[in-house]
Amino acid sequence: MSNQAPLSPGQLARARRQAAWQRGWKSFRSHRSGIVGLSILGFFVAMALLAPVLTDPDGLSLTRAPGGVLEPPSSTYWLGTDDSGRPIVTLLMYGARVSLLVGLLATAISMIIGTLVGLVSGYSEGWTGRILMRFTEWFLVIPFLPLAIVLASVLGASLVNIALVIGITSWPATALLIRSQTLSIKERPYLERARVLGTSRWHQISKHILPNVMPMVFANTTLTVAIAILAETTLSFLGLGDPTSVSWGTMLEGAYGVGAITTGSWWYFIPPGVCVVLVVLSFTLIGQALEEVLNPRLKSRR
Amino acid sequence: MSVATASEPSLAASPPGATGSRRGYGRYVLNRVAAAFGMLVFVLITNFFLFRILPGDPARSFGRGRFTTQEQIDEFNETYGFGQPIGEQFVTYIKNILTGDLGLSVSTRAPVAELIADRIWPTLLLVGTSTVLAALIGVWLGVNQAWRRGSRFDKSTTMGTLTLYSMPEWWLGMVFIATLASGLGPLPRLFPTGGLRSPGVDPTSIAGAFDVAWHLALPILTLTLAYLADYSLIMRSSLLDEVGEDYLTTARAKGLRDVEVRNRHAVRNAMLPTTTLVALNLGFVVTGAITIETVFSIEGLGLLAVEGLRGPDFWLLQGTFLVASAGVILANLIANLLYGLLDPRVRT
Repeated sequence: MSNQAPLSPGQLARARRQAAWQRGWKSFRSHRSGIVGLSILGFFVAMALLAPVLTDPDGLSLTRAPGGVLEPPSSTYWLGTDDSGRPIVTLLMYGARVSLLVGLLATAISMIIGTLVGLVSGYSEGWTGRILMRFTEWFLVIPFLPLAIVLASVLGASLVNIALVIGITSWPATALLIRSQTLSIKERPYLERARVLGTSRWHQISKHILPNVMPMVFANTTLTVAIAILAETTLSFLGLGDPTSVSWGTMLEGAYGVGAITTGSWWYFIPPGVCVVLVVLSFTLIGQALEEVLNPRLKSRR
Repeated sequence: MSVATASEPSLAASPPGATGSRRGYGRYVLNRVAAAFGMLVFVLITNFFLFRILPGDPARSFGRGRFTTQEQIDEFNETYGFGQPIGEQFVTYIKNILTGDLGLSVSTRAPVAELIADRIWPTLLLVGTSTVLAALIGVWLGVNQAWRRGSRFDKSTTMGTLTLYSMPEWWLGMVFIATLASGLGPLPRLFPTGGLRSPGVDPTSIAGAFDVAWHLALPILTLTLAYLADYSLIMRSSLLDEVGEDYLTTARAKGLRDVEVRNRHAVRNAMLPTTTLVALNLGFVVTGAITIETVFSIEGLGLLAVEGLRGPDFWLLQGTFLVASAGVILANLIANLLYGLLDPRVRT
């Protein structure tokens, strides 16, 4: 028997939540691929944060670029220079900032829309739910890249607009996932109890349903970041990126534009692509590991 | 309704309440067709408003300085309904689309509908071949991965497909061009760097067909690898859902060999999601082709959309967007009908 004072409901809930987090982390650590993904991501986040410290700001300037045109890798420029003489390493580090920033921003937009639409369409019966569901299905069939291209050319090229375009074109998958979760949670006894006690809809959604779908949102978020980063790279490659900032996509666009592929300047287009693959892969690995931790149905089948 | 069901001989094989399920499928088909029609209307409306929220005067932004006199501008506005109230504009827009008038391309001055009809064949050839190859290899890979889960084969190939899945497919194409087509370092130049055919070769002759195949080898390889990742990942996970089910134990207890248990029982159930995905992906023909056609400079629909972007040539963009969406809706409908045929439980 412990001699502690009895815990208040709030403390109890907090303690339980903390225990759940610890259990989840322990389970996540047992997924080796998840840990690998986390380490790769950590490396790129450090790279993005330390970019201004580790590199010379002149490395980004077109007019005061230190190197010669398309210099191959050497001891001064580890990965060579681009067609304006800027060191590839510097560009890669600043590119990491843009890719991660746009990826996260787009994901935040997509998650907010997707979660809201999914919750409301799953919770409310009748017309609201049905119309929202149809709307989601419609958005799901609109081909992503053409819509993103049209939106980007209508809105104009800037980092925020690119994130916005990716956000508004990628929410339906999240909405469908959240909706199906909401539908199954809605039928559980504790929600029936809440309804019988006369709680408001808002209380039911925010205090009972939302905390239960949050883990799913969380796992889905990491997978969406992966898709958003890929989308940013593709849009930038097609010339729809922000022309004033360097991203991995605009680097690849530049490499393609000056013909680095056919002239054999591999140091210009291989490194940015490898960076994209590693970051997207890291988010995918983390997302999969999280899914297996949070979705008990998948746990048994490893 | 009877017309729709008469062509479904496989349904006669389902014994419980055969007539009931026939009627059920008829109604299911009608429902699905109605839903697809609704989507089409939604796409038409989206398309209409998307290109009318553009800033500025439509005669200027669509025409890009082509019109010099006031009469030309008036005629343009008359034909495409600008300057009318928004309701009438919509009617004109629908009428134009129904008669196949998608406007004129600003850069080439050719009708957009004609351009699309010309450019659709290379795209269909490229995407169609890649989809078939990717589906065959992807399903084989996914089945073997799931059946031998945890083995070295499973671990290494799953890591490989995950890496492919994380790759922008056009970057993979660029790497292939650099290594196999333009001869990086000591490597020989095995393939052309782009285009659809060599100049001066008759495309209808046998030599011409080989020439096209030689030009399309790298783009098809790239797209196949990109799609294959999708298919094998979904096949693996849906077969993993079946592994350990009771009916497989029963099949084994009956004395069936492992291959028979796998192919006749487990794979048949796990094929459903993959079938749907393949049908759905066929609809994303234009989307998949945009970047690959750009990198390999193949004159298809995707490159047409990118050309529309360069202007920007809004008529071209609008037309390709419409075709792209219609393709997805059609594929979606086919996927749903197929699913309803294969799995009677979804016909609700």
